Amino acid sequence: MTQALHTPPSTTQAPPEADLAALAARHGLSVSGARPSLPAYVRQLWARRHFISAFATAKLTAQYSQAKLGQVWQVMNPLLNAAVYYFIFGMLLGTSHGVQDYIPFLVTGVFVWTFTQSSIMAGTRAISGNLGLVRALHFPRAALPISFALQQLQQLLFSMAALVVILLCFGIPVAASWVLVIPALFLQFAFNAGVAMVMARMGAKTPDIAQLMPFVLRTWMYASGVMFSISHIASGRKGLPSWVPELLQANPAAVYIDLMRFALIDSFHASQLPPHVWAIATGWALLAGVGGFIYFWKAEETYGRG
Amino acid sequence: MADIAKTARETAQETTRETAQLTAQGRIPTVIADGVDIVYRVNGTGAGRGSATAALNRIVRRRQTEKAAGVRKVHAVKNVSFVAYRGEAIGLIGTNGSGKSTLLKAVAGLLPVENGRIHTDGQPSLLGVNAALMNDLTGERNVFLGGLAMGMSREQIKDRYQEIVDFSGINEKGDFITLPMRTYSSGMAARLRFSIAAAKDHDVLLIDEALATGDRSFQKRSEARIRELRKHAGTVFLVSHNNKSIRDTCDRVLWLERGELRMDGPTDEVLKEYEAFTGDKAAKPKPKPAPAPVPS
Repeated sequence: MTQALHTPPSTTQAPPEADLAALAARHGLSVSGARPSLPAYVRQLWARRHFISAFATAKLTAQYSQAKLGQVWQVMNPLLNAAVYYFIFGMLLGTSHGVQDYIPFLVTGVFVWTFTQSSIMAGTRAISGNLGLVRALHFPRAALPISFALQQLQQLLFSMAALVVILLCFGIPVAASWVLVIPALFLQFAFNAGVAMVMARMGAKTPDIAQLMPFVLRTWMYASGVMFSISHIASGRKGLPSWVPELLQANPAAVYIDLMRFALIDSFHASQLPPHVWAIATGWALLAGVGGFIYFWKAEETYGRG
Repeated sequence: MADIAKTARETAQETTRETAQLTAQGRIPTVIADGVDIVYRVNGTGAGRGSATAALNRIVRRRQTEKAAGVRKVHAVKNVSFVAYRGEAIGLIGTNGSGKSTLLKAVAGLLPVENGRIHTDGQPSLLGVNAALMNDLTGERNVFLGGLAMGMSREQIKDRYQEIVDFSGINEKGDFITLPMRTYSSGMAARLRFSIAAAKDHDVLLIDEALATGDRSFQKRSEARIRELRKHAGTVFLVSHNNKSIRDTCDRVLWLERGELRMDGPTDEVLKEYEAFTGDKAAKPKPKPAPAPVPS
């Protein structure tokens, strides 16, 4: 009954290809390791949603599990971060000129920026840093960059708790506009996950990008008005063409930061936002989210190679 | 060896004919490898090694030949073809670096093939969740994480949870399942990993030297579990250097050497040749060949 070869061949001659392919076709076998169609891929990803969230939460918890203070660091970390920026930009350099409620302004900017920055950094290493997982288990690979973006979102929620305390300490009143935080965060998450997927594909092919990203991200940070108000700086310089601050303000990081400031800080008025800000925010989220997903899916079968 | 090579073509043709007859009798193929080649590419070797300009060249000039760019190709699996049927347990043997694990990964769809095709029935899965588990988390959370990573639902894991913990025997010496995995001894961690991985029923199950973990009593239990999985699963592939566990579990063996399929046949025949090849003189001729009966 077994496929006994009574004399061991030194090399097995491949049986005629048509026979094996026909045999496979007759029994409805599928080709292993082929890229699924886009709708099938979305379905597979949806089926793994519990894994995505469990993986994100597990990563987040594991981060501080050896520390004595444990999960307290989730809140301590962003607070210390904000304190350092306040000391340098608020007290030493005095960037605060002309900005009302500078500390809430600064801290909101830092937290929201950190969300985008760490999502992209984690996304860059999502495949190249998890080759063991990619080579051992079968799951839609997009689960990894999305999961890392989700981990950063959870991290941001801890930061937001700290932010609420800071806001109340500085006398910012609780307002109805705080509800706008939810759509703003949702759009930013879609944007971050999209960019994380783009970077994951590039990082999987060329891991060197992970060395380059910190510099790119730092430049982006200074261009996005995290520590200062773009419009205030621009109005202080006479020779600057007007499209420069407009362009800076329309960049996705600046848009999401300004939306969050507008939602939380009452002295940050709608006039300080670029025109059509929600449309721009949605556009960036759709462009990065959908585009990044398709770009990532196109190389699905190559991840983990060699 | 000359006569062996001469008969190779004939036997392959016989096999094909035989295959056609067997499927006609109702044996269902689950994995078909059709002239599979697998090639690894390694960056930063050869002439370009260590030189920054060469590295830059490699990135900028994509189109040039791979050899000039300092990419080295490793041909890990060469033109391997076989058909595996439902109900079979197939051992993969060969000396270190002969391409066994690589072939297994390609069957699982985790490594792309250079030439040829691998057709499978359903999604073959590698037995192993090591990479998904996190040492800083408790055993309990790792059971859930590993199960989800394998594609089980939360409900399925909840149903199987007690079974997994009992099987691993982690709690035999106290309540260890609620401690982080980094506090486990290496044997305990290996047992938990195997228990999580073996909790799911697979269509096609691929096992890479998983039996060598744990103490003797756990090895016995895992062998029993493999047999049980084999009953539920369509087909089992086992990579091992332990000829005894191959003999105990498998009824057919593929012998890979330098990436080529050297032999494909019943366990005892192939193992005898293999032991002669590796110079394993200590391996005395088995008094009782008794191959495991093949379910048809």
